[in-house]
Amino acid sequence: MVTPLKEEDLSKHYIISYKPNAKYAYTAGQAQSKYLLGLKEGKIYGRKCNKCGRIHVPPKMYCEECFRATDEWVEVKDEGIVMTVVASFISWTRAKLEEPEIVGVIRLLPSNNRDFVYPGIFHRICASYEQVKSMEIIGKRVKAVWKPKEERKGSIEDIQCFKVI
Amino acid sequence: MKVNIHLNKRVAVIGAGLTPFRRRLLETPQEIAWEAASKALDEAGLELKDIDCVVIGSAPDAFDGVNLKGEYLSHGSGGIRKPVSRVYVGGATGVMTAIAGWYHVASGLCQKVLAVAEEKMSPDRPHPQAIFRYIWDPILEKPLNPNLIWIFAMEMHRYMATYGIKKEEIALVSVKNKRNAVNNPYAQLGSNITVEDVLKSEVLVWPVQLLDVSPVSDGGAAIVLASEDVARRYTDTPVWVEGVGWTLDNTEWPARDLSYARYVEFAARMAYKMAGIERPNKEIDVAEPYDPFDYKELHHLEALQLAKRGEAPKLLKEGVFDIDGDIPSSPSGGLLGVGNPIAAAGLMKVISIYWQLKGTAGKMQVKRPVHTGVAQAWGDLMQAGTVIVLRN
Repeated sequence: MVTPLKEEDLSKHYIISYKPNAKYAYTAGQAQSKYLLGLKEGKIYGRKCNKCGRIHVPPKMYCEECFRATDEWVEVKDEGIVMTVVASFISWTRAKLEEPEIVGVIRLLPSNNRDFVYPGIFHRICASYEQVKSMEIIGKRVKAVWKPKEERKGSIEDIQCFKVI
Repeated sequence: MKVNIHLNKRVAVIGAGLTPFRRRLLETPQEIAWEAASKALDEAGLELKDIDCVVIGSAPDAFDGVNLKGEYLSHGSGGIRKPVSRVYVGGATGVMTAIAGWYHVASGLCQKVLAVAEEKMSPDRPHPQAIFRYIWDPILEKPLNPNLIWIFAMEMHRYMATYGIKKEEIALVSVKNKRNAVNNPYAQLGSNITVEDVLKSEVLVWPVQLLDVSPVSDGGAAIVLASEDVARRYTDTPVWVEGVGWTLDNTEWPARDLSYARYVEFAARMAYKMAGIERPNKEIDVAEPYDPFDYKELHHLEALQLAKRGEAPKLLKEGVFDIDGDIPSSPSGGLLGVGNPIAAAGLMKVISIYWQLKGTAGKMQVKRPVHTGVAQAWGDLMQAGTVIVLRN
């Protein structure tokens, strides 16, 4: 029979701490590199598949539906519609946060509300906990708040957050 | 969607074993796997020497803190000097373990297969949440320091916003499942709670609160599958695997609408087609949809075509999914009640349906006669869907 650990067993337990000296040099690839460089310029780029007409944001060099190469770079607006928004009171280690972090998903424009698949971005949203709770912010139009140009690094962090306009 | 699958053999489930689901079990992952596997062999009336192939399911290696979980678990799972394979599709792994066992037999490769799923989440310090960091895109998502609960909260809020669903309606899932789990001897968190308790619990990531979430857990589950040529030698009450389905959606979850689980619908349609089911809401007698979060059960009931889009909360309120309702859902108590050792929890769902159809579910047994059941799991970034249909 399996046996649960008691509280005193836990204090007697060996804990092995180990910090692997692991560092990763991820490659952004062709599509994401252009996307990140675009962010540095204050632009959001996508790749368009001329067969199905879909604009891929984040961009991809291939269209997974048509399984062919995407055809061209398009610039989408740094504006969109809030699809969902949440307020996190826990950190990524599950430590408690006093002030919630507000994040969500934005359907970037051009796209319309009947699309199941659309150019999308996951980011912070400048809003209050009350606005999240009342759900008033879902469906609102938002625009990117960019960092000052000289501070941008070609990273997703070049956008501070999305703000209701 | 077109599915052309040519079956060689019909496949039956002839035995199952579960360990209690608990946080911080003293046993090693291998010992947990052994306990579940040996119980399944006992129920089937088989010995390990009768088993041709072994399938192992387990979620990320990092949970248990060991490398290559398939190899690591193989001797505890009875896989020594046998063809062993491991499947892993995130949270969908548990049902995928049963499906992989099924195709080993259905193809004619093996006659008797032992399928074992194990998970031990409690070794992680300070919390398994930190392990989940590595499922996010390293460049586009990880810089925002996401926590796994973020994506569920985002999906839940989208689901609520699209169909105008209230938290009170969703909390009823947690109330129902924890109540059902009181009757389950393997359950970690069976209790009689109220909607009020859920709404008053700690806010983790609004709209997700503590009692909306299944607990961190350790546990093991195993089943024995056999081809129809031999199944009746070992049991008079085989439960047949009538349909299976599994699909992956893309990783670009911010670029698709989260209000509907498309990936589960595709898997369900594949399984129903194979089982010859045309009207799932009339033909399914009992369901075990995956419920690591309470809204997820509703979301999945809709994708499984047991409720129309956005209408699962209404049917839940009317009692359709209660243990004495038209389509009892999670009579075992689900992950919310039994616990969520990821891969084992998914296989537990299959075992629950198997015991219901065999009529040996004890106090969990639904009152009216049941003939067709469906179990489902889902995993990763709203991505993987696995569905299995069983019939007695």
